[in-house]
Amino acid sequence: MMSSNKNEQTVAAAAGFDQPLLLTYTQDIKGFLLKHLGRIVLFVLTCTSVLAVFLIFLFVILEAFPFLNRFSIVEFLTSTAWYPSAHERPEFGVLALIVGSIYVTITALVFSVPIGILAAVFLSDMISFQVRGIVKSIIEILAAIPSVAYGFFAVLVLAPWLQKHFGFPTGTNALNASLLLSIMALPTIISVAEDSISATGRELREASYALGATRVETMFKVVIPAAHSGIIAAIVLGMMRAIGETMVVWMASGNASQVPHPWWDLSQSVRTMTATIAGDMGETEKGSDHYRALFAIGLLLLVMTFMLNLVSEYFLTRAKKSMGKS
Amino acid sequence: MKRTLCYGLVLMAFVFSTQVIGAEKLHIEGSTTVGPIADGFAEVFKDVYPEVIITVNKSGSGTGAAALVDNRCDIATMSRFMKDKEFKDAITKGVFPVAHAVAMDGVCIVVHPSNPVSALTTEQVRNIYLGKIKNWNQVGGSSSPIVAISRDTASGTYDTFEGFIMKGQKMDSSIEYVSTNPQAFARVKNTRGAIGYVGFGFVQTGVKALTLDGIKPSKQTILSGKYPVSRPLFMFTNGYPELGSTAHKFVTFHLTEIGQEVVEDKGFVPVTNY
Repeated sequence: MMSSNKNEQTVAAAAGFDQPLLLTYTQDIKGFLLKHLGRIVLFVLTCTSVLAVFLIFLFVILEAFPFLNRFSIVEFLTSTAWYPSAHERPEFGVLALIVGSIYVTITALVFSVPIGILAAVFLSDMISFQVRGIVKSIIEILAAIPSVAYGFFAVLVLAPWLQKHFGFPTGTNALNASLLLSIMALPTIISVAEDSISATGRELREASYALGATRVETMFKVVIPAAHSGIIAAIVLGMMRAIGETMVVWMASGNASQVPHPWWDLSQSVRTMTATIAGDMGETEKGSDHYRALFAIGLLLLVMTFMLNLVSEYFLTRAKKSMGKS
Repeated sequence: MKRTLCYGLVLMAFVFSTQVIGAEKLHIEGSTTVGPIADGFAEVFKDVYPEVIITVNKSGSGTGAAALVDNRCDIATMSRFMKDKEFKDAITKGVFPVAHAVAMDGVCIVVHPSNPVSALTTEQVRNIYLGKIKNWNQVGGSSSPIVAISRDTASGTYDTFEGFIMKGQKMDSSIEYVSTNPQAFARVKNTRGAIGYVGFGFVQTGVKALTLDGIKPSKQTILSGKYPVSRPLFMFTNGYPELGSTAHKFVTFHLTEIGQEVVEDKGFVPVTNY
C-alpha cells in the first residue's frame, strides 16, 4: 500500500499535478508573450518570400524610372535602333530585341508543344508503371543540365551542322536558339501535361471505350479536351522558361540586334532581351543612361513573365477545380 | 571514442582553415585578352611563392575597372586604358589607378582559312562592319555573303577596334556579337564566310590573319606600332604597390626574363628584349 502511494506521488509530481491550478503572474505573461512572439516570427519568415518578389519589382522600377521619364516610351518600344554606347547620339530602341525574344520563344513552342503533349499522352496512357517512372526520371535530367552546356553544344556542334546541311551563311541564328530552347522547355511541358492527363481519371476513359470509341478517338477527343486547362498551363510554363533563358540565347542566337529581313527568315541572327541585359551589364557605368535602359528592358521582361504567370495560375486553378469535381 | 573522433576532425578543420584564412590573397579581375598572361604569371608564382593564393577572373576590361574602383580586386587587367568616367569614379572613391604596361598586342582581322581574300584596307573593313559591303566578291573573294562578327561592348578588344577602324561610327545592326576572344575564334573557324577580330595571341591554326593596309601583323610590326591596330595591355593597381609585396612582384614580373617567356608563350609581344 505504502509503495503504491509513493508511486502515485512521483507520477503526480512528474505530471505537475502537485502545483496550484492558477498560474502565477510571471507564468501568465511569459506564456502570452511567447505565444505571440512565435506567431510573429513565423509570420515574418513567411513574409520574406513575398517581400523578396515585391522588393525585386521595386528595385527594378526605381532604377528604370528615370530613364522612362526622360526618353519617350513610345520611341523606346517601337524603334529598332539599339545603339546604347554610341558616343554622340545613343539610341535606345528595343523593338528588335522584343521581336527577337518573341521569335525564339514562339518557334521553340512550335517544336516543343506537339512533342511534349504527345510524349505526355504516351507516358500517361500507353506504357507500364515501372517504365513510366524510369522515363520520367530521364526526362527530368534534361531539365538539370546547366544552360551553359547547352550553349556550348549550340556554338560548337549545332551551328556548323546547320551551316553544312542547310547552307545557311551563319549557324548561330534564330533557328539554332529555338531548337535548344525547345529542348529546355520540353521537361516542364511533359511533366505538367502528364500530371493533368493522368488526373482525369479512369471513369472518363472507361465511359468512352464503353460507347465504342477507339483508343485514338478517346485520347484526342475525350481525354485531352478534358485535361485542356492543365495542358494550357504546361504550355504557358514552358513559354516562361523559354522567354527567360539567357545563357543559351547569348551563345546560340548570334546577337545581331535586327529584325530579320523577310520577317519569316529564321536563318538570320537575332538578339533577345535577356541576352542584351547579360551581355551589356558588365560594362555599363552605374547610373548612366545605358544602365537604366537595361533596367527598363528588365522591367519589360518582368512584366511579361508576370502576365504569363497570372495566365498559367488561372488555368491551373481551373484544372484543379475540374479535378475536384470529377 | 566516436565523440573524440568528431572533436578531432573539427579541430583539424579549424587548424587548416586558419592556415587558409591567414594566407595572403591576390585577386585579379578584368580583360579576357590579358587574362591568359595573368594566368601564366599566377602559375609561376604558385611554385615560387606557394603561400599566396592568386585568383584570376576574366569577364571584360570594363568589369575589371569597376572591380578596382569598388576595391573588390587588387589588380585589374585591361586591354585598354581607363576611360574618363572610370578614372573620375576611382578618384572620388579614393582609388588612385596606376597603369603598368605589361605587353603589346595587335587586334588582328581574321577570316576562315579557305577564304581567298588575304589583304584588306581599313576603309574596306569599316565598310564591311557598317553593312555597306555585304558580299565577299565586292572585296575580291568568291561570291558568298559576309558574316561579320564583333566582340560585345564590355570588351577592350571591341574598344580598340572601334577606335582605330570604325572611327566612332555605329556598326550595322546585322553584326553578330560574341562575348570572348575564344568564342570569336571558334565562330570564325567554323563559318566559311565569317570575318572577325581577335587579339594577336588568339591567331592560331584554324583562322587566317589578314594584312591590313599592306602591313602584316607580327611581333616587329606590333611592337614598333607600324601595324595600325596595335595597343598596349595594362594591369592597373590602386596606387603604386608597396615595394617587395606580392602585388608589386606580379606587376613587374613582365620585366624579368621568365616573365618575358610567359608573355611570348601566350602569343603577345614582350616589351623587353632578353
